[in-house]
Amino acid sequence: MRFAVPVFPGSNCDIDCEKAITTVLGEPVDFVWHTQRDLDQYDAIIVPGGFSYGDYLRAGALARFSPVMEGVVKAASEGKLVLGICNGFQILQEAGLLPGAMRVNDHLKFRCDIQPLTVVNNSLAFTQDYRRDEGIQLPIAHGEGNFYCDEVTLKELEQNGQIVFRYVGSNPNGSVEDIAGVSNREGNVLGLMPHPERAIVEWMGSQDGAKMFTSMLRYWEEKIGAA
Amino acid sequence: MYKATITVRLKTSVLDPQGSAVKGSLHSLGFAAVTDVRIGKTMEVWISAPGSTEAGEKVEEMCQKLLANPVIETYDYELEGA
Repeated sequence: MRFAVPVFPGSNCDIDCEKAITTVLGEPVDFVWHTQRDLDQYDAIIVPGGFSYGDYLRAGALARFSPVMEGVVKAASEGKLVLGICNGFQILQEAGLLPGAMRVNDHLKFRCDIQPLTVVNNSLAFTQDYRRDEGIQLPIAHGEGNFYCDEVTLKELEQNGQIVFRYVGSNPNGSVEDIAGVSNREGNVLGLMPHPERAIVEWMGSQDGAKMFTSMLRYWEEKIGAA
Repeated sequence: MYKATITVRLKTSVLDPQGSAVKGSLHSLGFAAVTDVRIGKTMEVWISAPGSTEAGEKVEEMCQKLLANPVIETYDYELEGA
């Protein structure tokens, strides 16, 4: 399974994503500079966290128009797995691949912490190795993770199983319905504010992120095996 | 040449955490009469266009594509010859 990690000016979790893939899965991964349009050779794309384009205008708003995003949109439309983490989530929202938008955290602070979450939907390619309603811990580090969508969209998300992760305990940013991660309707694009790539081995304080990567690989292997 | 002054605001249905914090500070400064504060953005854009209709169309397009996020924001603008 070949992974691409697009790198924008200001990305800072790109290496963490690469290490997670090589450490957990031992699969090949390439950094792809934001000027590259063609991502056809990759099976999955992980849009990393950071501060692409300095978060100017709105987080993710400028990265969304990078050439590499044409490849990301194409991959998503072909049913390939696209995972957006933190700023990567914001970029996928701006690109229209994921619903909602991020507001500034309700307490206005940048929050860096280990956050308890619950896996709301474990039937996705990204979450199948978790149990339903499993309690997990992942690091968060963001100032604009206050997920917002209108009532109509929220109903749709609930009905379609697109709410994938929720914060447990105190909500770290004020997001609607404690939402921490959502998928697209088809389930092949996932965005979440917490960082699974920073929770893959014991010394990191949690290994709960590893299952997201093993889930993705298992999905791909089963898909290839079935073909 | 035209100058567009574009104002992007959070939709009234969207809570504005920055506005709420600034309201709190204004209250502690003694401005008890302040009932609400909303924070938005102002952008000045200079456009070369043959007429104000064309300039206005361009501004609309750039607001919809980039300058405002329709999920949480609204925009309006004023156009003047520059």
